[in-house]
Amino acid sequence: MPAVSKGDGMRGLAVFISDIRNCKSKEAEIKRINKELANIRSKFKGDKALDGYSKKKYVCKLLFIFLLGHDIDFGHMEAVNLLSSNKYTEKQIGYLFISVLVNSNSELIRLINNAIKNDLSSRNPTFMCLALHCIANVGSREMAEAFAGEIPRILVAGDTMDSVKQSAALCLLRLYKASPDLVLMGEWTSRVVHLLNDQHMGVVTAAISLITCLSSKNPDEFKTCVSLAVSRLSRIVSSASTDLQDYTYYFVPAPWLSCKLLRLLQCYPPPEDGAVKGRLVECLETILNKAQEPPKSKKVQHSNAKNAILFEAISLIIHYDSEPNLLVRACNQLGQFLQHRETNLRYLALESMCTLASSEFSHEAVKTHIETVINALKTERDVSVRQRAADLLYAMCDRSNAKQIVAEMLSYLETADYSIREEMVLKVAILAEKYAVDYSWYVDTILNLIRIAGDYVSEEVWYRVIQIVINRDDVQGYAAKTVFEALQAPACHENMVKVGGYILGEFGNLIAGDPRSSPLVQFNLLHSKFHLCSVPTRALLLSAYIKFINLFPETKATIQEVLRSDSQIRNSDVELQQRAVEYLKLSSIASTDVLATVLEEMPPFPERESSILAKLKKKKGPGVVVVSELEDGKREGGELNGGGDRGPDSAMSASNASTPSPDLLGLRSAAPVGAGPPSGGSLLVDVFSESGAGGPAAAVNDDGFLRFVCKNNGVLFENQLLQIGIKSEYRQNLGRMYLFYGNKTSVQFASFSTTVSYPGELQSHILTPLPVLTPPRLIPLPTAYRIHSQQLNVQTKPVEPLVEGGAQVQQVLNIECITDFSEAPQLNIKFRYGGALQNITLKLPVTINKFFQPTEMTATDFFQRWKQLSQPQQEAQKIFKANHGMDTEVLKAKLLGLGTALLENVDPNPENYVCAGVVQTKSQQVGVLLRLEPNAQAQMYRLTLRSSKDTVSKRLCDLLAEQF
Amino acid sequence: MRWRLQPALARIRFILIQNRAGKTRLAKWYMQFDDDEKQKLIEEVHAVVTVRDAKHTNFVEFRNFKIIYRRYAGLYFCICVDVTDNNLAYLEGIHNFVEVLNEYFHNVCELDLVFNFYKVYTVVDEMFLAGEIRETSQTKVLKQLLMLQSLE
Repeated sequence: MPAVSKGDGMRGLAVFISDIRNCKSKEAEIKRINKELANIRSKFKGDKALDGYSKKKYVCKLLFIFLLGHDIDFGHMEAVNLLSSNKYTEKQIGYLFISVLVNSNSELIRLINNAIKNDLSSRNPTFMCLALHCIANVGSREMAEAFAGEIPRILVAGDTMDSVKQSAALCLLRLYKASPDLVLMGEWTSRVVHLLNDQHMGVVTAAISLITCLSSKNPDEFKTCVSLAVSRLSRIVSSASTDLQDYTYYFVPAPWLSCKLLRLLQCYPPPEDGAVKGRLVECLETILNKAQEPPKSKKVQHSNAKNAILFEAISLIIHYDSEPNLLVRACNQLGQFLQHRETNLRYLALESMCTLASSEFSHEAVKTHIETVINALKTERDVSVRQRAADLLYAMCDRSNAKQIVAEMLSYLETADYSIREEMVLKVAILAEKYAVDYSWYVDTILNLIRIAGDYVSEEVWYRVIQIVINRDDVQGYAAKTVFEALQAPACHENMVKVGGYILGEFGNLIAGDPRSSPLVQFNLLHSKFHLCSVPTRALLLSAYIKFINLFPETKATIQEVLRSDSQIRNSDVELQQRAVEYLKLSSIASTDVLATVLEEMPPFPERESSILAKLKKKKGPGVVVVSELEDGKREGGELNGGGDRGPDSAMSASNASTPSPDLLGLRSAAPVGAGPPSGGSLLVDVFSESGAGGPAAAVNDDGFLRFVCKNNGVLFENQLLQIGIKSEYRQNLGRMYLFYGNKTSVQFASFSTTVSYPGELQSHILTPLPVLTPPRLIPLPTAYRIHSQQLNVQTKPVEPLVEGGAQVQQVLNIECITDFSEAPQLNIKFRYGGALQNITLKLPVTINKFFQPTEMTATDFFQRWKQLSQPQQEAQKIFKANHGMDTEVLKAKLLGLGTALLENVDPNPENYVCAGVVQTKSQQVGVLLRLEPNAQAQMYRLTLRSSKDTVSKRLCDLLAEQF
Repeated sequence: MRWRLQPALARIRFILIQNRAGKTRLAKWYMQFDDDEKQKLIEEVHAVVTVRDAKHTNFVEFRNFKIIYRRYAGLYFCICVDVTDNNLAYLEGIHNFVEVLNEYFHNVCELDLVFNFYKVYTVVDEMFLAGEIRETSQTKVLKQLLMLQSLE
């Protein structure tokens, strides 16, 4: 057997490695390395020509040093020289060095490609493989350009050795993935597909990866592979465990090849040809049968290899989702694994069953395992297994078992790992809503959720319960009673106080008849929690109090007393103070009628897709669970949220989604200034639809916005009715923006109005989560308005309410930048065209870079400052694919448009761009350095920003990454 | 997570062999990463894998991918693949690779991998190429390695 001794062949290398290993400290190691580097450098520079062996040894030492984590800046040329050696060991070290330390130095690439070319045409299979492995490891565009034509020829040529074919197939795969445009399979397609028939199993193993990739991109051209794959698979599956000799692994014939074949078939629908399909079903049955046979070996390798095939076969069965018999058999097999002693198998069975649960053929069969899965949730030691059990419970849940599953998940939550609590909470909330038969159960469940895991109950969840209670009058009394009871607990979660405050404020009257929950008792209970709560909750409670004054006049004196206290009316928090003052005034001057109107009960919310679901989707990505969840929904129908959700209504509500937010809960942003009271129910916006996203509303049109980062003038928006042009100029921290609204129709726009608002950076800054707070407007609307956020001041005058057909009106905005900001102000335009109300919300292209002052500096200055800004949070970096051509002039124009100075002759690499500027805000000036490194070969950029303020670096980086 | 921006290049994203102390004995990358990113991945993988005990699964979710790993004495062999990839096939892929190393180095130990690091790369390229499984027959791989060993 080939046993290798330590570093045989290169004694000097072995000695060096030993030396390094014997170093007692990092310093000693560095010293030894520096000594070696000096030695190698002198050898390479010396007059005496080095022989191949020495060159190989030194290059190998350099490689070792590099792999230890040190930079290597020489030796590339010597490595390239080794490529043309005719000794295998020298060539191998040369190629290895190139593969590990690829360098975009174009001079070398040419030499390397030359050497590869020679080796490819050498007809020496060893050398050909080395060259192909190098291409496969580097995979650069230059290599694709040079060899993408040659490699298919090598792959299909009759006289190519098997090992070379294997390498050529995978090498081609690598080039295809990196540069698909350069790999043209056209004439080779059929011969490549026929590699599936190759005698040599190794060739099939390698070629099938290439074929799978090509098939997934061009299924039609490669569809002949289906029948070939089926017959190959059939031959393997039906062979005895010794037939395939070298390719039998622990008595399992060709496990990896079988898996790859089954995976290739997953690129296609079930075969149409009856004979092929019959043969395939037979294969799948045989695989399922084998799982039941007694094992041929006790070794775990045997069962793993066998089960690898089984799981891949089950994936294919699920992919087809058309053979009820196979689906149920798969499910039964997985059911056995659920109790297997191997943790791996239990994990995989849970994972695979999750997808089976989404098939209508196997859903019922999966449900029979509920007790085992619940048990897994309780007893598994590995958190990832418990997680899979929770996923599966979620996937198998339907109306018949929802109560049991939700109860189990709730009790698991009490001890669940912190890492999965938030997701569990979302899942419980969704299941409770989706399968609620009676709403009291739903309310109980959510309140339990808050009680058990209050910290993990996100806003979406408690908003949702309120939304549902508001919309369902049959549950309001029960909800009031239940929250009242829940609030009795001496320590209850703040989220409970929020829900309690909101619900009692709306529906406290429904339980006020009982002396144990009389108005005053309710008020005292709420107020006993007040002082322990955060500002947003207190704000909510104050609004509940004013609602109480309306609901229960007998509490007026007590509540006025509270509002009048110094801790309220002189509260240092502006929001609380304002509420206290306004509510106090409102309660004393408004007549009962006015009070009743202003503080009327909340109107119902429009029904929408649950925002909790949206949040879960976001968390999980487009995962298996979500798919099954949606399909479940389709099957069930008629859940709490109503089927109308997914019907034609949803299209309408989607198009209405751009409705801005006279959103009564005021959740999305600080109330837009100038917006009057909501003009009817149609404007109500689902509080959940956008607030959860934590960013600007999805409905806000922002592709126009991004086009203006590097320019100031142009068309911001255009549809069939309206065109909005923009001109802007900036100086220091001030800017002026001219908006031109053009009516493209021949009909007058009526009630034309525009509003500028500034979305809050974070939801927690926003203080009005209360319906009662359509703020009672005591002051007449101003004729000119101004939004004043902490970051930006924007002043403007209202536009004329009528825009004639074909006419254009102009609006001027004066903008002042107070401090740096990330969110752009939003512009909302409303008008009537014909009878229909039009509503458009846009992001105004006011970005932080508009307040740049260019700064010229020398290279020395630049790098000195660059180094000064070296703390990690001062830097923001992104690597991204080029979205546009990488033309130098265009890039320069964009960088100049950005507002910074483009510094010439600063970066040592002329391909790179560096810029400098100062962002001028009222409160401070922020120096910014920028470096953009294009990589034309990979069509990528690396963008680095450094500034004295982390938020500025980050925001600029985000903005600019979209520009190139 | 920067590396998500990059195009999907391979089934296997990387192969790592690390010892318990976190020293890397082999790092084979099938995607382009900066040196900094590589270092970060190496540290993260070590942190994720070493805390798990023998009763845990051999799979662990990792960023948008998963790590399939197995421990042999003091060495962790880790393969990073897509979440949809076949766990057991890669788990046995690791074992197959280890058995080849064991034959080739005649009872392989950690030091063999240190002193012969350049040969380990050859073994890897014989069995895994471009992020895919290239050859699974131990007999064929060892025959090829023996042949290469005999060359000058």
